[in-house]
Amino acid sequence: MRDQTAAAAAPTPPVDMSFWGDSYAARFEPDPSGERMIVNMGPQHPSTHGVLRVLLELDGEYIVRAEPVLGYIHRMHEWMAENRTYAQFIPNMGRVDYLHALAWNWAYVGAVERLTGMEVPERAEYIRVITCELNRISSHLLWWGAYLLDLGAFTPIMYAFDDRERILDILQMVTGSRLTYSSFTFGGVSMDLPPQFIPKTREFIATLRSRLPMYKDLVTDNGILRGRCEGIGILDLDTARRYGATGPCLRGSGQAYDVRRAEPYSIYDRFEYRIPTESACDAMARYYVRLSEIDESLSIVEQAMDSIPEGPIQGKGPRKIRPPKGEACFAVEGARGKIMVMVQSDGGPMPYRVKLRAPGFSNLSLFAELAQGTLVSDAVSILGSLDLVIPEIDR
Amino acid sequence: MSVSNSFKDAWNYAKSLLIGLGVTGKNFVKPTITVIYPWQQVDNLSTYRGHVELIPKDDDPFTPRCVACGACADACPSRCLSVVAPPKTPKPKADAPAAALVEGRVIPKTEKAAAPEKSRAPVQFFLDYSLCSLCGQCERVCPAKSLRFSNNVYLIGHSREDFRIDLLARMRSQADGKSAPSRPRTPESAPVPETEKEPA
Repeated sequence: MRDQTAAAAAPTPPVDMSFWGDSYAARFEPDPSGERMIVNMGPQHPSTHGVLRVLLELDGEYIVRAEPVLGYIHRMHEWMAENRTYAQFIPNMGRVDYLHALAWNWAYVGAVERLTGMEVPERAEYIRVITCELNRISSHLLWWGAYLLDLGAFTPIMYAFDDRERILDILQMVTGSRLTYSSFTFGGVSMDLPPQFIPKTREFIATLRSRLPMYKDLVTDNGILRGRCEGIGILDLDTARRYGATGPCLRGSGQAYDVRRAEPYSIYDRFEYRIPTESACDAMARYYVRLSEIDESLSIVEQAMDSIPEGPIQGKGPRKIRPPKGEACFAVEGARGKIMVMVQSDGGPMPYRVKLRAPGFSNLSLFAELAQGTLVSDAVSILGSLDLVIPEIDR
Repeated sequence: MSVSNSFKDAWNYAKSLLIGLGVTGKNFVKPTITVIYPWQQVDNLSTYRGHVELIPKDDDPFTPRCVACGACADACPSRCLSVVAPPKTPKPKADAPAAALVEGRVIPKTEKAAAPEKSRAPVQFFLDYSLCSLCGQCERVCPAKSLRFSNNVYLIGHSREDFRIDLLARMRSQADGKSAPSRPRTPESAPVPETEKEPA
């Protein structure tokens, strides 16, 4: 008798949400009026460049709420660092951000060099600058092609890959691999420039310069593209700062922040280059910034090739690194923004802690705010314009 | 939006379309740049980093420079190399491999300090390419400079076994002028690398 009254007084049990999927989806309660719909974009969606899942609450075709769900390719890179020696962690760095792997190489190697006080020879610094900038161009070209693919234009990625393959050929000459580079070593680089490297690179620079006007005619001036990008995903400077956005996302909002200029590392202070910024704050502004950066990177590569000195490519240092107790940070400008690696040593042969600061993570967090109130098709454009590399976000 | 504006937009879109078709048309008549693999091959593999291979001695193309110190196996992040040193007491040449198999093991870290006598070529040298990430740590630490990257890019296998490469046999067959066997001839002679072992 007593049990029956208790059961009658108890509130109705919550609706079984298990059919909605996992715990993330459960946080999106279905609208009682049935007008709003919850849609999963991803984990496999043509516009999410990897395994990113975005939960969308839709009202018709408008987004009421968007929430990115991360972690599908979390590989515990930071934990792996604590379980292997300093040198053994270098190949991991080529796999964090596979599009600008050399920047990650550089950030990690630089942090350990800073911790141990290692000197890098001049020639090695030049090789690092040249390869890193070429890698940045290849990353921007792939973004360009993939972004347009998101927006429904198939042809441009073919042109982008044509040029990108040439860069990969050039980088293969000096690093030995085409995508997941692990060519930087503590205190230098693993391979010297082969004799045909500089002529080939000059030839490529001329080719790419002649192709950029074609890119402009084909895509940048295209009315349909402009309709999909202009005024879409307005990211004002305050929001960008609140989320810690860096790279082209921040520069597209008018802030000329570039780690190469703000915290000069290596030999970047010897080159003359512009930091392209745009004040429009929309997806088109970020597009312009990236295309101008291709130009600037070409100019840096040219200057570096003009002034590269002869000499050794590997500095002196112990074969087995055992940095003293302490910690060091090293930040580099990646294609997506500020890449930072913090290495903490307890004096042993393995790092005590390694922290990887991925720019994509901060840039992705913007998406929830930018996508609010937009059309689904615009959300795809916004997601593409942030230039996300999911392995880097998940790490 | 006024009527004149929508006409302007329509004209802009049409113009973009024509320009795009023009670019495509120009590229359509250009020669193909793609290398169609089975019929054509790329020619820029001179610095390509394929899997590692052993470098023979200058005077003897059948013996590697390797001194079986195990530094490469130790430096490998994924523990994909396994080196078996010859037995410590020199034996007659005929039964050396059998004796090595009895005592055969991956050289533990602690035994590296005991400096081996000269010309201690390994009796077995296996690379598990399915684990390798081509980082080059083994090549860098080798004291005898006995490892280098091969340009072997056309590597095909049907099972994991196919990627357990016998580097000694490969080096010898290269010296013979034959192509390397892709799988070990006697599978039972191939030791399974101790990948499960915890790092020291």
